[in-house]
Amino acid sequence: MRVLSLGRWLRAGRVPPREPASRPSGHRHSGHRPQGPPQELPQGPSQKVSVEVLEHLEHLALVDFRDSEGVERLQKAIQFADQLHEVNTDGVEPMDSVLEDRCLYLREDDVTEGNCTKELLENARETVEEYFVAPPGNIPLVKLEGQKTFLQGSK
Amino acid sequence: MAAVLAMVARGCGGVWRRLRQRCAVRPGSGPFPRGERAVACNARGGMMSAGKSGLTPWIPVVGLEIHAQISSNSKLFSGSQVQFAAPPNSLVSFFDASLPGTLPVLNRRCVEAAVMTGLALNCHINKKSLFDRKHYFYADLPAGYQITQQRVPIAVNGSLSYSLCIDNKMSQMVTKTVRIKQIQLEQDSGKSLHDDARSQTLVDLNRAGVGLMELVMEPDMCCGEEAAAAVRELQLILQTLGSSQAVMAEGQLRVDANVSVHHPGEPYGVRTEVKNINSIRFLAKAVDYEIQRQIEELGNGGTISNETRAFDSKLGFMPEPNLPPLILYDAKSLPANMNHQQVINIDWIRERLPDLPSVKREKLVEQYGILPEHSFTLLVWQQDQNCNSRHSNEDGLPEFFENVVKQTQMKPKKVIGWILNDLLSYLKQHSLTVKESPVSSFLLADLLNLLEKKEISSTAAKQVLAELWKGKGKTPLETVKEQKLELLQDQKELEQICQAVIDGQENEVMAIKAGNQKVLNKLIGLVQKKTQGRSNPVLVKQLLEKKLSE
Repeated sequence: MRVLSLGRWLRAGRVPPREPASRPSGHRHSGHRPQGPPQELPQGPSQKVSVEVLEHLEHLALVDFRDSEGVERLQKAIQFADQLHEVNTDGVEPMDSVLEDRCLYLREDDVTEGNCTKELLENARETVEEYFVAPPGNIPLVKLEGQKTFLQGSK
Repeated sequence: MAAVLAMVARGCGGVWRRLRQRCAVRPGSGPFPRGERAVACNARGGMMSAGKSGLTPWIPVVGLEIHAQISSNSKLFSGSQVQFAAPPNSLVSFFDASLPGTLPVLNRRCVEAAVMTGLALNCHINKKSLFDRKHYFYADLPAGYQITQQRVPIAVNGSLSYSLCIDNKMSQMVTKTVRIKQIQLEQDSGKSLHDDARSQTLVDLNRAGVGLMELVMEPDMCCGEEAAAAVRELQLILQTLGSSQAVMAEGQLRVDANVSVHHPGEPYGVRTEVKNINSIRFLAKAVDYEIQRQIEELGNGGTISNETRAFDSKLGFMPEPNLPPLILYDAKSLPANMNHQQVINIDWIRERLPDLPSVKREKLVEQYGILPEHSFTLLVWQQDQNCNSRHSNEDGLPEFFENVVKQTQMKPKKVIGWILNDLLSYLKQHSLTVKESPVSSFLLADLLNLLEKKEISSTAAKQVLAELWKGKGKTPLETVKEQKLELLQDQKELEQICQAVIDGQENEVMAIKAGNQKVLNKLIGLVQKKTQGRSNPVLVKQLLEKKLSE
């Protein structure tokens, strides 16, 4: 799912947006982590995140994109992350983890843990006869609020 | 319903016609009347079931997703114990409860189990496989994600061959194959007990983190019977390997069926999932029921909807950052100076695989000259759903059979009849395992020897077996003597009895002399009665025939 393709814009020969030069305080950054979205956003072909995907995300992550500002923030976040596409990765295998060249340690099949019911249950606010207690099933987001989510309301 | 079941008999051979006859008679009520299959597979393996109009056939498509709990002492990524039915939350480590600061550590035994299973199912074993996180929210998944192998699993592209009896007759068996898409290692979740009365869910994490092998099969099957046969064979294979005990009743083998129907030539239809299947018998019924339901729904102009599919999205996955790739080796790629405890050698495992059921069956057929279907029954009875317990894979019906054969002069082809018809029915009747049989292989061999030496008739042998079954500690010979079951050895006495019978049955004698040979059996029966079953029927027949021709 591509929201914006900064890369295409870049390869057209333009310079990608830099971090803003001035900062509110004299605080020095490492330079790697901008505090907000870049102030200059390219005007390339912008696809908005579709409503279906947004609803799906809401459902999966149990998040409510409260209002248009929330959705907009999401769009900008995606745009920001898309800067990664600027890097030419042709012929380079994706890296899953910095551990990729480490040896995966194999443990022997011995019983070495467990039997700490009391300790585990101490963390729980409510227990019933050594069971953890949870609400019944998965409560869809809308039921929690008793109202429709922003997306559902905006249809 | 009957209309839905009407079959297209054109050119499909006897299967169709026989099914039509069966469908015409509807014995009982209920959704699954006995003796009647809701839908059937034709000889070519595709399913043809006519819709209401009787014109356009439907082809059902069945795919299975199977989760087999790995038989290991400890869990997949932690050292807590794997055990069925323990006090709630007693087999839970900090990692299983997803407490912060804990990390997964892979259990070597689980990897070996998956490799064994992959090899037994003719899979390609990926020398490098990866772990992923699958995120979803549920109370029995404390971490909020399950560690699995979605992208690059440990084994891919295998096959499972299984046997099916055509028409419920053991005499005609056909071999089918289902492709295995992949086998992946993953974590099991905890258990939720829903308390609707108090509007709460009780969570037990004992099962959370137990190692599972997920086997994904391609949708190569067409009906409940095929699905059931495939799962039976898989169960047998897993039990033979020891990679899983695969007892469905204890949740060690969970099957989800994906079912859809479509017209020939058209794309596959919407598939629905059938879940919560806890026995093989129910699997067959549930699949067939769903096929029927879909056909009816579509036949009425409705559509098939699928609510659970939202779950199966491509979102919610990410690589597991705490685990490097799993690297497996073979004889060629074995690293020189690595601790061998850290190395899994695929070839080493392959060499030590036990004989798979199909190989065992062939060996029995070759060695003893028994029929394939007998060989099949010998191995398969252990999985009787009624006795679906831990003991099933220790039972040695094949071994019992072989022991009897070793100790008797009777030919294996004849011995097998006694094992499968007589012994097995006793065992089933009394719900006993082979080990619990009051009749040992030694005793049975002894009895069969008496029969083989023609010291008793086969009817007498059955009587003796019944007596032996009571387990009073008597030998066959003692029982024979007690009940006076020895065959009459005195030829003269036998001749006299035969003569007496002939003299007493004038009408029958005339009928026989007139050419009606069947009546001879009646005379033989009368002789048997007179001798209280102690005459050899073959000999009696000879004597009678001789006398009647004089």
